[in-house]
Amino acid sequence: MSEARYAIGVDLGTTNCALSYVDLAASEGESGQQHTLPVAQLTGPGAVEECSLLPSFLYLPHPDEMAPGDLVLPWGAQPDFIVGELARDRGAQTPIRLISSAKSWLCHAGVDRRAAILPAEAPEDVPHSSPLDASIRYLEHLRDAWNHDHPDAPLGEQELTLTIPASFDPAARELTAEAARATGYDRLTVLEEPQAALYSWIQSSEGAWREQVQVGDLILVVDVGGGTTDLSLIAVVEQDGNLELHRIAVGEHILLGGDNMDLALAHVIAGKLAAQGTQLDTWQIRALTHGCRAAKELLLVASDQDAVPLVVPSRGSRLIGGSIRTELTQEEVTATLVEGFFPQVEAGARPVSRPRTGLTQLGLPYAQDAAITRHLAAFLTRQIGATADLAGIGAPAANASFLHPTAILFNGGVFKSAMLVERIMDILNGWLTAEGAPAARRLEGADLDLAVARGAAYYGYVRRGGGVRIRGGTAQAYYVGVESALPAVPGIAPPVQALCVAPFGMEEGSATDLPPQEFGLVVGEPVRFRFFGSSVRRQDQVGTRLDQWTAEEIQELGEIELTLPADTRTPGEIVPVKLHAAVSEAGTLRLEAIPREGDERWQVEFDVRS
Amino acid sequence: MTQPRPSLAARISLAISVFWRIIIKPEFALGVFRLRQGAEVERAEPAAKPAALLQETGPAAALQLLGLLQRDGRFIDFIEEDVAGFSDTEIGAAARVVHEGCRKVMREHFTLESVRGEAEGARLTLEPGFDAASLRLTGNVVGDPPFNGTLTHKGWTATEIRLPKLAVGHDVNILAPAEVEL
Repeated sequence: MSEARYAIGVDLGTTNCALSYVDLAASEGESGQQHTLPVAQLTGPGAVEECSLLPSFLYLPHPDEMAPGDLVLPWGAQPDFIVGELARDRGAQTPIRLISSAKSWLCHAGVDRRAAILPAEAPEDVPHSSPLDASIRYLEHLRDAWNHDHPDAPLGEQELTLTIPASFDPAARELTAEAARATGYDRLTVLEEPQAALYSWIQSSEGAWREQVQVGDLILVVDVGGGTTDLSLIAVVEQDGNLELHRIAVGEHILLGGDNMDLALAHVIAGKLAAQGTQLDTWQIRALTHGCRAAKELLLVASDQDAVPLVVPSRGSRLIGGSIRTELTQEEVTATLVEGFFPQVEAGARPVSRPRTGLTQLGLPYAQDAAITRHLAAFLTRQIGATADLAGIGAPAANASFLHPTAILFNGGVFKSAMLVERIMDILNGWLTAEGAPAARRLEGADLDLAVARGAAYYGYVRRGGGVRIRGGTAQAYYVGVESALPAVPGIAPPVQALCVAPFGMEEGSATDLPPQEFGLVVGEPVRFRFFGSSVRRQDQVGTRLDQWTAEEIQELGEIELTLPADTRTPGEIVPVKLHAAVSEAGTLRLEAIPREGDERWQVEFDVRS
Repeated sequence: MTQPRPSLAARISLAISVFWRIIIKPEFALGVFRLRQGAEVERAEPAAKPAALLQETGPAAALQLLGLLQRDGRFIDFIEEDVAGFSDTEIGAAARVVHEGCRKVMREHFTLESVRGEAEGARLTLEPGFDAASLRLTGNVVGDPPFNGTLTHKGWTATEIRLPKLAVGHDVNILAPAEVEL
C-alpha cells in the first residue's frame, strides 16, 4: 500500500458529518495545513451542491417518489436512497421514510444493531435499514465525495481518524470500526470527540497552547452536540520536562443535545398558540422548530432584546393569509433553555431518574433529566478520585466534594450562544468558589461546528510524530459477571461476582496478562456473559473479583457472547479457557478466549442480539 | 486567398458566434452541415454579416434560482398573492418568512459586494476611462470626464456564484412541485 498523503478526520455525528484533512507533506511541527472537504450532496431533486457538513440523515424514497435521474450524484452513482441535505428535507415531511440519529441507535445496547430496525415504527412496506448500515451509507458518501475530489489519493490509502463519543461502550466502538472497515477505510483509528475538540484547540493556537495551560491544569471538555452530551477531563502533567496531556475520565452516555432544546422551545410556543385557540399540525410544529432555532440564537446573543417575532408559514400557497404570527420572548428562552437545560444547581445535585416503563425499549433511551448542569455535577463528583495517582496534580483538597477543573473547553453548536457559555462558567465557578478553589477559565478559539473533524485530522498527523498527543487509553475498566460457587438456594438467583478482564487506561496496541481464572466452555454452544464497565475503579487489575458494588461505581453494559466452533473439537466437550483483553491499534477493545492448551483464539462478540 | 490562421481566442469567439447562428439561422446551419459533409464551400457569400451582438440568456439558471427562492423563501407565493386585502401587520409577518428565506438563498449561492466602497452620499470624482458598466451616470450628464458627483447608490456586484449542479434532464420549469399528502 502506498504512503498516505493526507491525514483525514471524519466526524460521524448524530445530526451532521464532516470531513477534514491535513496535507502531510505540507505540514511541519504543530502547524498542520488544514482543510475541510466540501461534500457534494443532493440539496433538491436533481440538484447537487457542495456543503461543509453532510447531515446524518438517510431517506428511503418510495419508487414513485422521484423522477428518474433525480438522485444522480457527481460521481455517477444513482442510489435508491438519499443521504444528506435532501434526506433531511424530505424526511421532515415524510418521517416514516427517514432514518435519523443512527449513531444513537448504534450505542443502544437494547436492540440488535445489525438488524433492519430503522426507521423505527415505520410501516412494514417501507424499506428498513440497520443502524450499522445507515452509518455505512454516510461513510460511503463521504468516501465517494472524497475520491471524486481527489482521484489521485483514494481515501482507503489515507491515514483515517474517525471520531466517536467518549462515552461509547466497547460494542458501539467496535460497530463504528466495523462500519468503517465495510466502507474500505483500512488505516483506521478511532478517537474520542472531546479529545478531538482539544486537539483542534491545540492546533488553532499554533503552539501558543503551552502558554495557556500549565502543569497541574485540569481541563473539562463540555461537548454538547445535536443529540448527545459528552464530558471529559484532561489533565496537564509534566513528563521529562515536556507538557503532556492525559485524558483521565469520561462521562456517561447522555442522549441530550441541541435538537432537544429547539424542540422544547417549539412546544412552548405551540402551547402558547393552543391557549389562544390555534392548533398546529406536525408540519407546522416542524416549521416552528426551525424558526425557534434562529430566534433562539438571536435572543441568546442579544440579551437586551425582549422578543423576536416568529412566523409559522402556511403550508398552501396562500402565504400572507395563511401564516400564523407569534413571538418568542426572552422570558420563554430563559425559562425553557437556561432554566430547563442549564438550571442553577448545587454541586451535590444529581440527575433525576424515573423508573422506566416497559415500553421504552422501542425507542432511544433519551436522558431522563434534561438538566445538563446536574449531569455535570454528578460527573465531577463521581470522578473525585480521578487525579489521586497523577503526579503533579494529586487528590483534591480534603474538603472538596467534587473534582475541581481549572479550565473549560466548550464544543458544539449550542455554545455559539455566549449566554449559555457564561451560564455554565458561572455555575461551575460558583461550585468552585464555595469550596475555596480558584475559578476555572475558559479556553477559547476552537470552531464549534468543525472542531471535531479538524481535531481528528490533526490527530492523524500527530500520530506520525507531528505534535503533542493526548494519552489516556480505555476510559473504563471492564468486568464479566461470574456466578459465585455457593450452595444453591431455591428461589434466589446465585449472587454474581464481577471479574475484571480489562483494567482502566489500556492504551492502543496493548494487551493484558492472562487472568488466573478459567471458565469451562462447552464447544459448539454459545455462552453469554453479563458485561460491566466502571469509569471510576482505576486500581482493579486483571483477575480482581468484586462481590458487591454500587450502581454509581459499576454499570452493566450489554451482554457479550462467545461461541467455540466445533471444527477442531467435539461438540459438547468442555474446554477450560481464560479471557484475554487487548486494545487494537485502531483503539477498539477485543476480548478473546484462549484455551489452556493449543494456540487457538476465539473472539468474544460484544454486539449480541437482544 | 491566404489568411493568417486565427488565434485561440478568435477561434473560441468564432465557435460561440457560429453556435448561435446555427441555432438561430436554419440557412446558416444548412451551410455548416454541407461544409461538414465535405461539399465545396460557396464563396459567393457577401462579406460576412457582423457576428450576432445579442445573445439569449439560458433560462435554466433563472428558473433554478426562482425555484430556490420559492423553496426557502416562499418568494413566488408571496409575489403571486394579492396583498390588497391584508393589513400591513399580516403582510409584514409573511415578509419575514420571505426575507429570511430569500436572504439564506442569496447568502448560500452568491457572494455579493458593493461596487463602490464609499458611503452613500459621499462625493467622488470619475476619471476618464471609468467603467461605464459598473457606474451609471444620472442627472446633469454633460461635458467630459473627470466628472464630479455624489454616490446615490453603492451598487451590487456578484463576485461568486455557486448554483447547484443539475442532473441532466431535470425539469427546471417546475419551480415548486405540487404537494399531495397521503
